Amino acid sequence: MPANPFNGYTDYGIGIGLRIPHYDHILERKPTVDWFEIISENFMVDGGRPLEVLDRILAQYRVVQHGVALYFGSADGPNKAHLKKLKALTKRTKTPWLSDHLCWGSADGTYSHDLLPMPYTKAAAKKTAANIRMVRDYLELPIAVENVSSYTEFHVSEMTEWEFLSEVVERADCGVLLDVNNIYVSSKNHGFNPYDYLDNVPHHRVAQMHIAGHTKFEKYILDTHDHPVLDPVWQLYAHAIRQCGVTATLLEWDDKIPSFDEVHNEALKANAFIAQARAAKIPAPKGRATAKR
Amino acid sequence: MPINPKSKPFAPAKVASTAELADLQRAMWRVVSRPLTGGSRMQRRWTDGRPTSAVAGEIAKPNDRLTSFERLEIYNRMYWFRVLDSLYDDCPGLRAVLGDKRFIALAEAYLVKYPSGSFTLRNLPSRLAKFIREAPRHTKPHTALCHDLARFEWARVEVFDTAARPVFTMDDLLDVPAAKQGKLKLALQPYLQLLRLEYPVDDFILAVKQREAELLRGDASNAPSALRKLRERKTKLPRPARTHVAIHRLDGRIYFKKLEPAAYRILVALRAGKTLEQALVTGIPRAKQARADWAAKVQGWFRNWMELRWLCRR
Ligand SMILES: [Fe+2]
Repeated sequence: MPANPFNGYTDYGIGIGLRIPHYDHILERKPTVDWFEIISENFMVDGGRPLEVLDRILAQYRVVQHGVALYFGSADGPNKAHLKKLKALTKRTKTPWLSDHLCWGSADGTYSHDLLPMPYTKAAAKKTAANIRMVRDYLELPIAVENVSSYTEFHVSEMTEWEFLSEVVERADCGVLLDVNNIYVSSKNHGFNPYDYLDNVPHHRVAQMHIAGHTKFEKYILDTHDHPVLDPVWQLYAHAIRQCGVTATLLEWDDKIPSFDEVHNEALKANAFIAQARAAKIPAPKGRATAKR
Repeated sequence: MPINPKSKPFAPAKVASTAELADLQRAMWRVVSRPLTGGSRMQRRWTDGRPTSAVAGEIAKPNDRLTSFERLEIYNRMYWFRVLDSLYDDCPGLRAVLGDKRFIALAEAYLVKYPSGSFTLRNLPSRLAKFIREAPRHTKPHTALCHDLARFEWARVEVFDTAARPVFTMDDLLDVPAAKQGKLKLALQPYLQLLRLEYPVDDFILAVKQREAELLRGDASNAPSALRKLRERKTKLPRPARTHVAIHRLDGRIYFKKLEPAAYRILVALRAGKTLEQALVTGIPRAKQARADWAAKVQGWFRNWMELRWLCRR
């Protein structure tokens, strides 16, 4: 499903995250890149170098905003001052959709700067969906929520992670940013079949996908974004685009960042899987209900 | 499962409402944000003396490889590594004075008292100078120097991404009739930081940065003996000396500039909204106000400030 209501009816190809070590290369060499994803919070400032660089990027490239601090699942609800700054940035970038995570990360105004996992309960899904609706109505933009990697499960959970994700996005009537690496990491940490996950999310809502590298430890896997994409993640990605259709795809590489070309070439490996999926001519997924936005 | 049946549950047994969701998140946050042991592990005892594993057991499910304690410990460690790394990168000067071990102890105590209240890690050091004043034991006997450094290092963060306004140029000045120039109200760029310090920490920070750059280069080359010497040689601590510094930016880069006390006073008065005339009266010592050499000097300052784009329209 290339263009759908959840990605603003756009048809973006393969992008990479805009990261500081690549600024000079991008500004000087102007490489051809389908699109860049920016971390919204890095540019929610009043001026200076971050916005100067962003304006130069915006003059030449398509940019999509991805956030790390909206905390859709927070019991506290969205922070008004944060939303105001975020909206100002969306006017600047003209992002066709906006994504953030299905998680929480602050309590009583104190921030963890982490993406903490949700308890999978009906009440939590309801509150999260209400938060997403509030953010979407304020920003007047399609929203996609991303599944996170997690390292713990809660006693109170009543359903699987994919049931929870589905419950949230159906209630909020929003999109999904499907991070196939996160599905893989969590499947290993919690012992579920990642293909069950992929088969049971609302495919017609997938607005975008993330791919990334991770690190294996003896007893768990950590979502480190400091490696090339591993083979089982590529296999999951291939399955995901057969299910959901070929969708805007983004490689995340956030630590031990190699050269621009190395990151971009890693992302472009997705092309081989996209070609196979297109050749298979699978009909586009249909939703249970038509999206209202 | 609480060990003592009389003690209140630490975490809710179900999440069937937003209030219970808040309770669970608060409980997990208390575990995740609690300081680590000296060996960077989760503390074995909870604040009330019961085993932390009992507290963790109320929140997290164990699996076939990890206990509830171990699963929450992953988050506990990630939290502290993330915030301490961030402060570590922001404070090279403080680190050079205190050494890594004392710096980490200071940072941890600071974050316990003033945890992040902002969506961005950028703002993490914003209250560090205040904390150094409040809890001098972490920085003794260098508290005054550390206080200056924390102010300086935070000011650098502010300079980097605070807004710039349209610049006030020489042409703008010439547009104002000479008789009215004294009544002119000039503003300073919001990003420009003016600091009055007890130590010349600007020079110190430059020396620290230079040493770090040399160490990096040394790591790349192969001269172990020279590198060892460099590692052992700490940057010399500055002696107290009243210092006035401006931190500013030009074409995306950050610069420090020493100011004469009178120049500093003029700039501070302009920032406070005084007219040019008032700022000059405040800034220049009375005995020197009528002297021609001072007039030339002050004109030189203003020319320089305009070249550096410090002045803007009000
Ligand atoms: Fe992701």
